[in-house]
Amino acid sequence: MERTSTGVPNEKMLMWAFIGSECMLFGSLIATYLAYRGRSIVGPYEEELLNIPFITVTTFVLLMSSLMMVLALSAVQRGDPRSKLFLLLTALLGLVFLAGQVFEFNHFVHEGLVLGQNLFSGTFFLTTGFHGAHVTVGVIWLLTLWAMAMRGRLGPEKSLKVEVAGLYWHFVDVVWIVLFTVIYLMSGASGA
Amino acid sequence: MATADAAVHSERKAGGTYAGGLWSWITTVDHKRIGILYFLSGLFFFLVGGLEALLIRLQLMVPENSLLSAEVYNQLFTMHGLTMVLFAVMPMAAGAFNYIVPLQIGARDVAFPRLNAFSYWLFLFGALLLNASFFLGGAPDAGWFAYANLTSSQFSPGHGMDFYVLGLALAGTASIVAALNFIVTIINLRAPGLTFMRLPLFTWMTLVVSFLIILAFPPFTIGTIFLLFDRMFGTLFFEPSGGGDPVLWQHLFWIFGHPEVYILILPAFGIISDVIPTFSKKPLFGYPVVVYSGILIGFLGFGVWAHHMFSVGLGPIANSAFSGLTMLIAIPTGVKIFNWIATMWGGSIRFRAPMLFSIGLVAMFTIGGLSGVMHASAPADLQQTDTYFVVAHFHYVLFGGTIFGLFAGIYYWFPKVTGRFLGERLATAHFWLFFIGMNLTFFPMHFAGLHGMPRRTFTYPAGLGFEGYNLASTVGAVTTLLAVLLFLLNFLRSLRSEATAGANPWEASTLEWATSSPPPVHNFDVTPEVTSRDPLWHDGIAFPAVREEFHMPNPSYWPLVVAGGILMAAAGALVGLPVALLGVAVALAGIYGWSFEPIH
Repeated sequence: MERTSTGVPNEKMLMWAFIGSECMLFGSLIATYLAYRGRSIVGPYEEELLNIPFITVTTFVLLMSSLMMVLALSAVQRGDPRSKLFLLLTALLGLVFLAGQVFEFNHFVHEGLVLGQNLFSGTFFLTTGFHGAHVTVGVIWLLTLWAMAMRGRLGPEKSLKVEVAGLYWHFVDVVWIVLFTVIYLMSGASGA
Repeated sequence: MATADAAVHSERKAGGTYAGGLWSWITTVDHKRIGILYFLSGLFFFLVGGLEALLIRLQLMVPENSLLSAEVYNQLFTMHGLTMVLFAVMPMAAGAFNYIVPLQIGARDVAFPRLNAFSYWLFLFGALLLNASFFLGGAPDAGWFAYANLTSSQFSPGHGMDFYVLGLALAGTASIVAALNFIVTIINLRAPGLTFMRLPLFTWMTLVVSFLIILAFPPFTIGTIFLLFDRMFGTLFFEPSGGGDPVLWQHLFWIFGHPEVYILILPAFGIISDVIPTFSKKPLFGYPVVVYSGILIGFLGFGVWAHHMFSVGLGPIANSAFSGLTMLIAIPTGVKIFNWIATMWGGSIRFRAPMLFSIGLVAMFTIGGLSGVMHASAPADLQQTDTYFVVAHFHYVLFGGTIFGLFAGIYYWFPKVTGRFLGERLATAHFWLFFIGMNLTFFPMHFAGLHGMPRRTFTYPAGLGFEGYNLASTVGAVTTLLAVLLFLLNFLRSLRSEATAGANPWEASTLEWATSSPPPVHNFDVTPEVTSRDPLWHDGIAFPAVREEFHMPNPSYWPLVVAGGILMAAAGALVGLPVALLGVAVALAGIYGWSFEPIH
């Protein structure tokens, strides 16, 4: 690794600074969601739509993907060939989460919650949509790392790449924990 | 011992000079070339913004003028603000960040050279996209602050506001990416022994500004995305009939907008904090205080945004809180003024061009700061807001502050970049004409504003007492134009003058002056070791005998490809989904190409 003044690799520092910026991005979305909570003029409203049991499952799936990410990094650092499996599982679990989001969005639209329906629709779809877009980018990134590993091009000397991807992936997971809390757990919904 | 000369890349020939040709500029990842690109682009847009200002002043020269229609006028004052803030001042500052900061920290380039090139191209494409609106149905015309819901599809039916969102999405992203690069560079690439409290002030302010950028732009991005969705997909974020609140836009905008003005002034403060000691032959007075006050301004700058919203009806508690915080922020700013004066006090002053502009900044910013403190009082601001009093305030701090600071930097660092001096007589004439022009343009606006002349109106009736002030302002604007022309003449002539500036023509103290003018591609033959602040004045620099092994990064076209893909994606929002998807595909392919390209 090239010499740095702090000993922290440049790529890792870049990712941390980027995460700081992203906190302001998601913070603005969450603040708007909170400011507009309960102010929709017409329905359907959050209490009727949000299915907490279902989203609890997809949340658990995303958390498990973070566990896979931790195992993937550890495997890459040790030169353990199971790194390929763990990277693939991380990506696949992320895809399962996304499938859950798509399913939920579809259901909401069928219930009449189109994008411009009310304040809940706009804030909900944009906040969770931004998050989903970040998950999608992460999945593409992880599948790329998996492909590299499959080709034998992801040895321990390249573990920094996996570590940086891991930082991103864990951040996206933490954002989801906040969204799950603010949007779902703090709503008046019980689950359809 | 590996030498830099051994490896020959298309950017460098043996001995550390440059290959020429358009392709070498398009694929450059060299911070010095990128700095020049940023600066020249910024200078170009400064002229565009100046032309817009001139047209505004010609329209306002006499009451009930019909030189410009209201519709055209609204586009001009909107674009004047956007252009000056985002496409002139920020890129010219970025030019200085790019060229000078790696040199000041003894590094060979920034942490991520291709990312650096990407930032430049994305900025340029954003600026061009927004300006293309003039020729594609009309520029945005709701002010640079674009208050909702004037900007809704109902009340702004053309595409101007769509260009606003898309052009600024590109330019804002470019700023964030560049700032991330500078944060890593300044923290991680400092030469051995160059601790934070030995950094030049310009580098310090670059670091503070970079943090401001990465934290302030995202709320604005979100606000513009809300606007885009309201306009294109029928969401209700700013739609009162759906329960939306137009004031939400103002909050999101000014949470960005206020830190943005500190993003604009802090680089200028950094520049003169390097220039004034040099031309006083005295170290900066109270260096730690100047550093800490800069950090404090950055921090407090996030706490005052609603002083732009005193007339919106936030209520007495909010108004009082923001009023108090705004007054508080005058303290670290005022402290700097005293530090600069104390630096000059007892010094051996040389009144060369960089120093003239620096002293000009100190004086003009003080005036602008005083009107700023007047705005800080919420009840007083109720008279001042939306009048020309505010226009006077912010032009004193932006023109008298930032622009003067940038020109101090231009005259200071031109010899480093080109090896030549800018002509001193023309420079002095430029300064005085600028000074007279600026004051003649903006000082009368204090009075016009307090007498009730509102902002953002394309004309005014006769007989209200505004005529004299406006005529004076227009004469001042023409004077300023003359000054700019003198500068351009000086600039072009000096580029072809004799290269007589050596490594350190100003006898300055910081590391950029420890290498040739212009520097070789690799900046320093050997990376220096630093043992003091102002290393060149205190014998605080040593060059080890053995050069460390290094490789300069290869040129690359991927940054341009990715930026081009993003431009296509943005254009696709206006042209059609196929173009947008193609743009995304190009950007994605570019990212892959970039990721798998070897750096060295």
